[in-house]
This record gives sequence, structure tokens and C-alpha cells, in this order.
Amino acid sequence: MIEGFAAVYIFLLAAFTGYEIISKVPVILHTPLMSGSNFVHGIVVVGAMVALGSADTTPERIIGFLAVLLGTANAVGGYAVTERMLEMFKSTREKQAPAKAGGDDV
Amino acid sequence: MTSDLIQASYIAATVLFILGLKSMSSPRTARRGIIWAGVGMLVAVVATFFAPNMTNYLLMVIAVAIGATIAYVAAKRVAMTDMPQMVAIYNGMGGGAAALIAAAEFMHPTTTSASFAILGVIGALIGSISFSGSMIAFAKLQGLIKKSFLFPGQNIVNLLVLAAAIVLAVFVTLQHTGHLTGPNGLALGLFFGLSLIYGVLMTLPIGGADMPVVISLYNALTGLAVAFEGYVLGNAALIIAGTVVGSAGFLLTQLMAKAMNRSLGNVLFAGFGAKGGQELDEAVEGSMKEMAPDDAAISMAFGQKVIVVPGYGMAVAQAQHKVWELAKLLQDKGVQVKFAIHPVAGRMPGHMNVLLAEAGVPYDMIYDLDEINGEFPTADVALVIGANDVVNPAARDDKGSPIYGMPILDVDKAQTAVVIKRGRGAGFAGIENKLFYADNTRMVYGDAQDVASKLIAGVKKV
Repeated sequence: MIEGFAAVYIFLLAAFTGYEIISKVPVILHTPLMSGSNFVHGIVVVGAMVALGSADTTPERIIGFLAVLLGTANAVGGYAVTERMLEMFKSTREKQAPAKAGGDDV
Repeated sequence: MTSDLIQASYIAATVLFILGLKSMSSPRTARRGIIWAGVGMLVAVVATFFAPNMTNYLLMVIAVAIGATIAYVAAKRVAMTDMPQMVAIYNGMGGGAAALIAAAEFMHPTTTSASFAILGVIGALIGSISFSGSMIAFAKLQGLIKKSFLFPGQNIVNLLVLAAAIVLAVFVTLQHTGHLTGPNGLALGLFFGLSLIYGVLMTLPIGGADMPVVISLYNALTGLAVAFEGYVLGNAALIIAGTVVGSAGFLLTQLMAKAMNRSLGNVLFAGFGAKGGQELDEAVEGSMKEMAPDDAAISMAFGQKVIVVPGYGMAVAQAQHKVWELAKLLQDKGVQVKFAIHPVAGRMPGHMNVLLAEAGVPYDMIYDLDEINGEFPTADVALVIGANDVVNPAARDDKGSPIYGMPILDVDKAQTAVVIKRGRGAGFAGIENKLFYADNTRMVYGDAQDVASKLIAGVKKV
């Protein structure tokens, strides 16, 4: 178990880390990054698995089952959505050449 | 031994999450970032299967299989324009999972000390609100709920529901030792019920235009809920990943609200969308002047500079490919073409960039508000495609307007503003737009994709 001041330290350091990561992000990445962080809290599936793994009554099993189901959907769906958004950033870099034509009067 | 290995894999996962998120904050490394985070998730999930004293493996595998299949297929099938609501729904599911973990732990006889019970119940409250709130946000963006619900004293009713949920939370915490069955179980059920209702009540009055901010807020809340349940389970991976997402999410929410010149409090408690709708009949001088697509094509083809202002209307019509084709044609005629993106064009900050990138528009033709606004007076044509509120001059000079103060693209300063619009109605925020009545504005009515095709044909004829 993580208790007392150790818990508070972990919380504080993690909070600063999150703040630091976001503070320098360009606007175009806000949506992909929101989606990416949506994927990261899909780690809740691990907690759901532990809860289901220690369930020993039927109501607990039902609740645990639903938790794992929702947690998995969060992780897998979050990943797929983020990947699709970021996929778009590949083609742009490869297609930069024709853009130059717009700059001058031909 | 296995326990140490499992802890090691959680540490690895945590490091990969943080590095992944860090990479995702730069366009060049963003794609690498999601892959790293994905590997981290895989490591953590596989390791958990080998955790000591676990049972119900069959149920676990079935739940993972069902959840993964449905989520993967849905995420792959949905159109790029619908991405924001997909983020909302998956985020809600994460919040729901966190709340359910709390429920399971409270029903489990070995629930430990009071401090963990308090954290668990706070996580349950936040997770439930995030779950039901995100589902409403999804329904609104998907068009399943079209109206904003406002009634007198709404804020007080909401506050009472929240207060009741908190009272029950305290009660549940006091009963944390032993099984929560009988009357205690009822209190637990009631607590979850009220938390869910609060999430619904809190989200219903919020107008559609503010939804991205709200989704971002719920994203942060889910992160926090996950972190709190991490404390209950003694799982550092949940604590750190959840907290990182929580703080990052709150900052992101602030940035988004700032881009729309609204405070978070204003978004949550003002009932913006509904109010705007009532001000529709406010008188606007002048009339809308219609223009044929061919004439619009000619004025662009013979211009020096065209600035394209895409909005959600373009995205809905899937016209980005046609628009890019039109831009390339104009370039061939020697016209300088630039794309101007408002911070909240589309449905979320950055959403429009993603859509244009999908069509193949290169980075260096896309300009944001601060870069492009000074250039509108030098543009022969500003082509507005399905954008409305983000080009409404009322935000600049009408103090009574609900969007007053929001930064806008100064389209009205261009020589001619050509506005492609599906019909004569008001925009997403329900506000009349004076731009459409201005002397230098011409309206082209029709579906963005159809009009873009006609413009392409028109430019080819020149």
C-alpha cells in the first residue's frame, strides 16, 4: 500500500509532470493530445482486472465484469481514435513540396 | 518474485505513458508517442494477468474481448468529423470503470483504512459524474439531444443533488468496514444514483459550442477518479497515470476555454447555448446578397490572394478534399491561397487541422488566427466554408452578444467575403451573423461539397 506522505509526494510530482507536458503544446495538437490522455487513463482497466480478480460474490463479479468491459473499451477505443488522428500528421510532411507554388505569382 | 516483476512492468508502463504523452505534444514525434503509450498499456495489462491471488480469469478474458472488439470496430468505422464524440464516449467509459471499481471495493469485506475509503468514495463520485456527463456530451454532439435544458433555479437544484450525494458519500465512508448490504447497500446504490444524476444535470444545460471544453474537463475528472481508485487498490500505475492525465486535462481545459474567451465557470453555469437561441429575432440591417457559384469562381480566379476559412459545415459535408482541389486549381492560375484556422474551428482546438491534413493540405499553407488576421485587408476574396460564429463581427463590436470578446477571423475586412452556407439559419451558438448582411459579402447557398464542385468547374472554365 502507498500511504501517508509518500502518497502525497507521488500525487504532487505526477501533477507537476502532467502540467509540464501540456504547457508547451501547439493548438493543432490539443485534440490529439486530449485523445491521447484519454487513452492513458484507460490504465483503469488494470484496476478493474484486480477488482474482478478478487471478487467472490455474484454482485461483485457482475460489477467487476462491467468495470473490465468499460475499462478495456476506454483503452482500446482511446488508442484507435488517437492513432487515427495522428495518422493525419504523416501525409502533411510528405506533401510539403507542392505548397511552395502558392507563394509566387506564376 | 512475480510480484516484483509485476511492479517492474507497472513502472515501465508509467515511464512509457509519460514519454508517450511528451512525444504527443510535438507534431513531429506525435505518432511515435501514441505507440509508446500503447506498448506501456499492453505491458501493464499482460502483467496484471499474472498478479497473485487472482480468480475469475474466464470472466476477465470475456470482458476484455467484448470491450476491445466493440471499441476497436467503432473507433475505426466512425468518420473523422465525429471524433470528438468518440473521445467523449470512451472517456465516459473510463470514468464508469473507476466508479465500478469503487463499488466493488466497497462490497468487498477487506476494504481497509478510513483514509482509503474516503479516497475511494471521492473517486466514485467523480467517476460517476464523468460517466453520465460524458454520455450526455456524446448524445449532444451526435445530435441525439438537440436542445439545451434550462429551468429556473437549475443551479440550486444541481447543488442540492450534489450535496445529497456528498452526504451519502460520508455515510458510506463511515460504514466502510464490513459488507455493504441491506440498508447500507441501499445507501451505496442511492449515492451512485445521485452522482450519475448530477452528471446529467450538470451537462444538459451546456450549449453545443462549449462541448469540447466540457469533454476536456470530464477527461481530467476521469484521470483523477482513476488516480483515487489507484490509492484504494495500492496500484502506483493507476495513481501516476491518472494524476498526470488529471493535471494535464485541467490545464488543457483552461487553454481551450481561453481560446474561446470564456471562463470555465461561465461555461459550466451560464447556460450559454440556450440563451443565444432566444436572441435570434434581434434586428439586423441590410440584406443577404446571393451570388452564383460561377461568379464566385471568377472573382477568385482573377484575384491575387484568396484566404479560405473552413468551418464545421465543410467538415460535415466532407468537402475538405474538394476544397483542397479548388485551392490547387487556384494556385495553378497564380492565385496565392492560404487557409485560416480559428482555434475552435470544427468542434475542438486542432480538429480542423486534422481534417485538412486528412485531405492532404500541407502544413505551411495553414495559418492560425494571430498569423492571418492582419492579412485579410489584402485578400481579394475570403472564402468562408460552413463557418459562422468564428467569423461573426458581433464578437468584436456588439457588447450585448453572447460571444462578445471571443477572438474572430476578420473576414469582413477582405475585399469580398464569399460565404458558402447550407441555409439561412443561425450558427451552432444560435446567434445571427452580421457578416452575412454586409455590403461586401456574397452568399452562395448549398451543401459545401456541391458548391466546391461547382466552384472547381467554374475556375476550370476561366
